[in-house]
Amino acid sequence: MSSADLTSERDLPPERETSVRGDIAPERDGPRDTGMDDASLHRWLARTWRTPPGIIGALSSVDHKVIARRYLITAFLFLCLGGLNAVAMRIQLSGPQRGLIGPDLYNQLFTMHGVTMMFLFAVPIVQATGIYLVPLMVGTRNIAFPRLNAFSYWVYLSGGLFAWVSFALAMAPDVGWFAYVPLSGPEYGPGKRADVWAQMITYTEVSSLAVAVATIVTVFKQRAPGMSLDKIPLYVWALLVTSFLVVFAMPAVMITSTFLILDRLVGTHIFNPAEGGDALLFQHLFWFFGHPEVYIIFLPATGMVSAIIPVFARRPAFGHLGLVLSLIAVGFLSFGLWVHHMFATGLPKLGASFFTASSMLIAIPNGVQIFCWLATLWDGRPVIRTPLLFVFGFFFTFVIGGLTGVMLASVPLDLQVHDTYFVVAHFHYVLIGGSVFPLLAAAYFWFPKITGRMMSERLGRWHFWLAMIGFNAAFFPMHIVGLWGMPRRVYTYPAELGWGNINLFISAGAVLFFLSFVLFAFNLVHGALRGTPAGDNPWDAGTLEWATSSPPPGYNFARIPIVTNVEPLWAERGALPVATGLRVDVRELLVSTVAEAHPDIREKSATPSIWPLLAAIAVGATFLYSIFTPWAIIWGAAPIAVTLVGWFWPKADPEDEE
Amino acid sequence: MNQRPALDLTGLPTFGHGPRSPTWWGTLGFMALEGMGFALAAGAYLYLVTLWPNWRLSAPQPNHWPGTIVTLLLIASLVPNHILNGYAKRCAMRSVRIGMVVMSLLGLAPLVVRWFEFPALNIYWDTNAYGSMLWVLLGLHTTHLITDVGDTIVLTVLMFTHHGYSGRRFGDVGDNVFYWDFVVLTWIPIYLLIYWLPRLG
Repeated sequence: MSSADLTSERDLPPERETSVRGDIAPERDGPRDTGMDDASLHRWLARTWRTPPGIIGALSSVDHKVIARRYLITAFLFLCLGGLNAVAMRIQLSGPQRGLIGPDLYNQLFTMHGVTMMFLFAVPIVQATGIYLVPLMVGTRNIAFPRLNAFSYWVYLSGGLFAWVSFALAMAPDVGWFAYVPLSGPEYGPGKRADVWAQMITYTEVSSLAVAVATIVTVFKQRAPGMSLDKIPLYVWALLVTSFLVVFAMPAVMITSTFLILDRLVGTHIFNPAEGGDALLFQHLFWFFGHPEVYIIFLPATGMVSAIIPVFARRPAFGHLGLVLSLIAVGFLSFGLWVHHMFATGLPKLGASFFTASSMLIAIPNGVQIFCWLATLWDGRPVIRTPLLFVFGFFFTFVIGGLTGVMLASVPLDLQVHDTYFVVAHFHYVLIGGSVFPLLAAAYFWFPKITGRMMSERLGRWHFWLAMIGFNAAFFPMHIVGLWGMPRRVYTYPAELGWGNINLFISAGAVLFFLSFVLFAFNLVHGALRGTPAGDNPWDAGTLEWATSSPPPGYNFARIPIVTNVEPLWAERGALPVATGLRVDVRELLVSTVAEAHPDIREKSATPSIWPLLAAIAVGATFLYSIFTPWAIIWGAAPIAVTLVGWFWPKADPEDEE
Repeated sequence: MNQRPALDLTGLPTFGHGPRSPTWWGTLGFMALEGMGFALAAGAYLYLVTLWPNWRLSAPQPNHWPGTIVTLLLIASLVPNHILNGYAKRCAMRSVRIGMVVMSLLGLAPLVVRWFEFPALNIYWDTNAYGSMLWVLLGLHTTHLITDVGDTIVLTVLMFTHHGYSGRRFGDVGDNVFYWDFVVLTWIPIYLLIYWLPRLG
């Protein structure tokens, strides 16, 4: 392959020397990786791409791997907190009329459980995994807009702290993770609890949107030479589709929460039927986000499964194109399903029929994915290790969740079991089966890349079986108790209904499931400290993230790899082709064309900066204060503007900034 | 893993305009999500319109003149905006500086008129849902207008410093032109919704 094969033949932009007036300073050239020996090259790049020392340096980091690790750890801590909420609720429900938790605290508990799991764990952790892996898998040195990426983490962290500090102060939201009006409106939701929900939602979604845009641009413009659309790894495709879902779905929840805070704080009447508004509008807007949200969580998980199965089946994924098209189809269809969350609201029957049909239609691309995975395993030589065990767990649980989803898409059945534990069972099978099991598989699979060490296989197997038994013991009986009529979101129930024994069984399962995560946490810590050294590619995988050392250096790749196959490490076992010619004294990375990934521009990546943190603090303080007065938006605008100018204003090197 | 050099990137340019630049794509991404926000707000307004046969809920009609002046100013600004884009592509510093000053002024002008547009709605945000939605739609666009004008002014100042002597900065000017187009184009449907839809009924 020659440079002429890959370099764009379009007209080049005016270079510095072409300016007639001599307006642009001549480009300062510097040392390049061409012809440099490996030791010198690594020294140069390590110095250029390092995170600065000290606390301020750490807070200024824009390395996508550093940011992603922070995201992953924070999201895991929120998972533990959300899990503790669930255990507390299950202990309260383990027998009839237990007096452990009163109704007020219970309302906060189930709200915080939902808010934490959906907004502070599920979405952030799948995006964080993408932040870590996507730049490595597309063969670039950093994510696009690294400072925006750093900002997104600080926003996410402070949004989560905002919610949990409110819980510690007994002023956490108590209106469910969906916060339906009129319950959350000014008339029935006095105090500040619903305001915390509204502003925290708006605030944390800013983080998700920023990551989505950065991910899309990374995939579109920073792919390694040769990685044309048909050679993009399936996991990256999944993150790309997910990012589009975020861009088009998340604004809906931000609009919803903004309308809610306006109704509560300044007296608008958007959701107030007495003054021309409509309460059902809230549900339409919320579920226009809420249903794609399920796929925002699920699609990256399918990408993980598509990455893991070929490695352990020892063959490329069966039906690569079919899998990609299925991902895109699921993305499109996910927007056409929101009303199936609202069948019980009395909408016209024609609309309900349409949404029943579209809900069932989405089973087709999901089915295509599952059959492609099965075909890959069938035609391969599967090696069963812990990641693959969790993939099998995913198959089992997600298929059950999918089947009950088809049941709930039927209006008559939905009306019968609406707001019962049957629905709770269904969506936990979908979300835990569809997302958490693949996430656990991914944790075992990519842990060696992130830490350079292996997790214990033995503990991993124990973890898997504890999780499978605990999960199914906790959630399968909920289908039954739901069919018996047990409603959701109740803090207790009378003994004469006969639900005591089955609830005790469910609670025991929930505790067992929680304990499986304790074992997982131990395995993580043990693996990070004492695990066997992993080497660069312990699973003999084929995608680019395994082409660099474990853990990867700050610059990811000493030389930019060239992609000739969807599994380049399997196709180029002798020697990986690489591109040279980038500068090593500044953070230079390669920008390529969208479709064919032809090299197009050498562009500088942003340097570390404290301003994203300061901007997040300014935005956070503004949102926090705004639950008390609308003037916060006016006063907060000034510090936000100052921090943004500081962020974007060029420093020493005019070319260095984002 | 062993490596073999197969491609030399030395001759590539260090900046690009429009879709060649990652920043252009980032701007497009934010335009997509903000555009989605506009569409949803407009959809919410239309949803409420369909619920009420006497929409406007007995409120007086808004005075359309301030909004119309804003519309004309915004549409007129597209011409110098695109002339500026041509200067940015040619990296012509003097012309870009003049163009940025002009665009800063053309950004401030509709903001001044916008100040009079809110009272011209003839209804407050807390009167009823109709008033609420008018203020929301106008407020949403005003937020975009303010932030883009602020961004334009900062970039204008920057172009008068030594930092402006950079190919990357000319790309930023091009992206700023791109975003202003978005601010103008999103205003048109909102203008029709606020001032002309109520006149239909």
